[in-house]
Amino acid sequence: MNDARAEGFVVFDRVQKSYDGEILVVKDLNLSMPKGEFLTMLGPSGSGKTTCLMMLAGFETATHGEILLDGRPINNIPPHKRGIGMVFQNYALFPHMTIAENLSFPLEVRGMGKSEREQKIKRALDMVQMGAFGNRRPAQLSGGQQQRVAPARAPVFEPELVLMDEPLGALDKQLREHMQFEITSLAHNLGITTVYVTHDQTEALTMSDRVAVFNDGRIQQLAPPEDLYERPENSFVAQFIGENNKLEGVVETINGNRCTVRLDDGTVIDAQPVNVTKAGERTRVSIRPERVESNPERLSPDAHLIEAEVQEFIYMGDTFRIRLKVAGQDDFIMKYRNAQDQGRMSPGQKIRIGWRAEDCRALDA
Amino acid sequence: MTSTATDPHPSDEELTGGELKRRLARALRRQKIRALLLIAPLLLFILLGFIAPIGSMLFRSVENNIVTDIMPNTVAALQTWDVDSTELPPEPVFRAVVQDIQVAAEQRTAMQLARRMNFEVPGFTTLMRQTQRAVRRWDVETDGPFRDQLIEVSSDWGDLHTWRALKAYSSEYTSGYYLAAVDHTMVSGHIEPLPDDRSIHIMLFWRTAWMSALICFMTLLLGYPVAFLLANVKERYANLLLIMVLLPFWTSLLVRTSSWKVLLQEQGVINDFLVWLGLVADDNRLSMINNKFGVIVAMTHILLPFMVLPLYSVMKTVPPSYVRAAKSLGANDWTAFWRVYFPQSIPGIGAGAILVFIIAVGYYITPELVGGPSGMFISNRIAHQWYVSGNWGLVGAPGTILLVAVLVLYWVYDRVVGIDNVKLG
Repeated sequence: MNDARAEGFVVFDRVQKSYDGEILVVKDLNLSMPKGEFLTMLGPSGSGKTTCLMMLAGFETATHGEILLDGRPINNIPPHKRGIGMVFQNYALFPHMTIAENLSFPLEVRGMGKSEREQKIKRALDMVQMGAFGNRRPAQLSGGQQQRVAPARAPVFEPELVLMDEPLGALDKQLREHMQFEITSLAHNLGITTVYVTHDQTEALTMSDRVAVFNDGRIQQLAPPEDLYERPENSFVAQFIGENNKLEGVVETINGNRCTVRLDDGTVIDAQPVNVTKAGERTRVSIRPERVESNPERLSPDAHLIEAEVQEFIYMGDTFRIRLKVAGQDDFIMKYRNAQDQGRMSPGQKIRIGWRAEDCRALDA
Repeated sequence: MTSTATDPHPSDEELTGGELKRRLARALRRQKIRALLLIAPLLLFILLGFIAPIGSMLFRSVENNIVTDIMPNTVAALQTWDVDSTELPPEPVFRAVVQDIQVAAEQRTAMQLARRMNFEVPGFTTLMRQTQRAVRRWDVETDGPFRDQLIEVSSDWGDLHTWRALKAYSSEYTSGYYLAAVDHTMVSGHIEPLPDDRSIHIMLFWRTAWMSALICFMTLLLGYPVAFLLANVKERYANLLLIMVLLPFWTSLLVRTSSWKVLLQEQGVINDFLVWLGLVADDNRLSMINNKFGVIVAMTHILLPFMVLPLYSVMKTVPPSYVRAAKSLGANDWTAFWRVYFPQSIPGIGAGAILVFIIAVGYYITPELVGGPSGMFISNRIAHQWYVSGNWGLVGAPGTILLVAVLVLYWVYDRVVGIDNVKLG
């Protein structure tokens, strides 16, 4: 951890947190992020991600371990001296102040002069295209407009670190996608280091440089979005990110980055060993629906093919989803692009499916 | 239907022609009737128990038909007499007085008139009693002229003041009670201030107002931190605290006030303790009761829940994220409180303050029990007028002034803070 401590801008070093003295909400958290990074903490509710954010902001104290900001331990620094901007879940725009006063607040408490304040407020509002709304109260804005102002207030005093706690939680899908783009471009344009908390995986994948997947008080995997989706390191991540088929069995042979797994009903499949090291270990393999292949010609000749029975054919516009019965399980999903030459299938139809070994990851059981 | 076969919807014209409104009204009528029936018992109760007494109070504050009822001839005869005249009224007026009092004596209503006039002119009862006794034997037709005879019975009949007062208060409706309520009189036929030794109401109104304001401020000072604590501790502690705040609420008002008596009196707990500590000499004990101090202490205690509860209900709705946001933006604890939290608790302060002030202004029992003469409120004076003097007019007039003052206050408050911003729970 010493290297990371030296180079990271934000560092969590063996941090633990308990609220009641009995249960650890955060267990042994280690994280190091460089300056300028957009990092997302993703996880189901109760996984400890918001607690981590609150500890970083200074509203909760770590029961063990150290948090460092730019090389300085900040455990004993009160929130208002940390210089960390924060965007809250429900905007937290002060209802008794106008938008301009809201933005002016952090500058006023820092004793900044009036003309300088006005200049910064104008720039910040223009950046989110809200220049015309400075004199309105938050209640006079629509939810979407408030949403645009909230991320503009936190960076207005030019903090080096901005924290965002599910800032897009209450938005409809379209506005959400638009705001995702605005927030990332705001962060990148200003060169701000950002920690973003969400339980929405799409948001995490599209916005972040790196994503930390939280579960049970620990980071399960910390990786760029692509790695997270393509190369999940354990069953939880595979299951949590994107759609996933899981099959359980025992490793039969293992040979470098190839292995075969005998499923519980006797079927043998190809896989790539990730969390397994020797034959005989139990494993849960993970394969993405879009990587399942029903046309053997597209697979290598020695690939294992397995029997499947179509249960349901679901038309989804741009894609087809086919629910299959595979190895005794009837929740196996195969996904196809809606292409001209793509044939449709009907329930009861028997097909043979397979996949490339590298698309099928043998993870922990 | 003006619509064509291809258009199954009624045209806009049809809908805006009032037909839709009528249909809606018909559809809602049943609901409205049901709603009205549900609130009918309460509505009736309020009408009988609240609106009617207030109406009667308003009426009594101006009603003055006793004089015209009992002395109709005199009132009529006095019509031509000028109040500013330095001459006594002419003989026909004296004659009318004899006539009227003879009738009144027979119907035993003379003393009602005497009592009414005595509110304005001390000594009128004596005058009436003497006159009543004398005129009984007289014959209106033959025994005249009466002017000198009446003056013989009581020299007051020869005094211009008597006649001026009689004329001033002879109209069926009078502003006399309102004048009296603000320490003025028109016994001379003109409005003028009462002499200082009889002026008490303005002083009492003023005292009631400033003491209520002070009590209001004290409850705010004491209640704000409690409400803040209530709104910010864990639920189970908050419930316990809330019970402690409400506990005095559930105890009888009389018990609470009396216990203050036990604590504050000269031989009371606090004085004994201070003497024991040596802070106060035994022969120079503090007088903390039967004065303003006692009233302020006891009423602050009694009215505290009325401040705490609205404050609490408002504070509970202020999300902690606002203060957190302020801190993350660089505000220290005090700035975050003063610039972000406090402004958002103002509706609660407003609600609590208006509630406490209005209740305090009309408070009766506590000033009565622990106030003594110097801690008396206007309501105690009103009560006195009722059960000691029986002067209903002087119950109605200050009562109405109090009511109007509260309504004006409410209106001003609505203008400044906005009544919609008030949250009581």
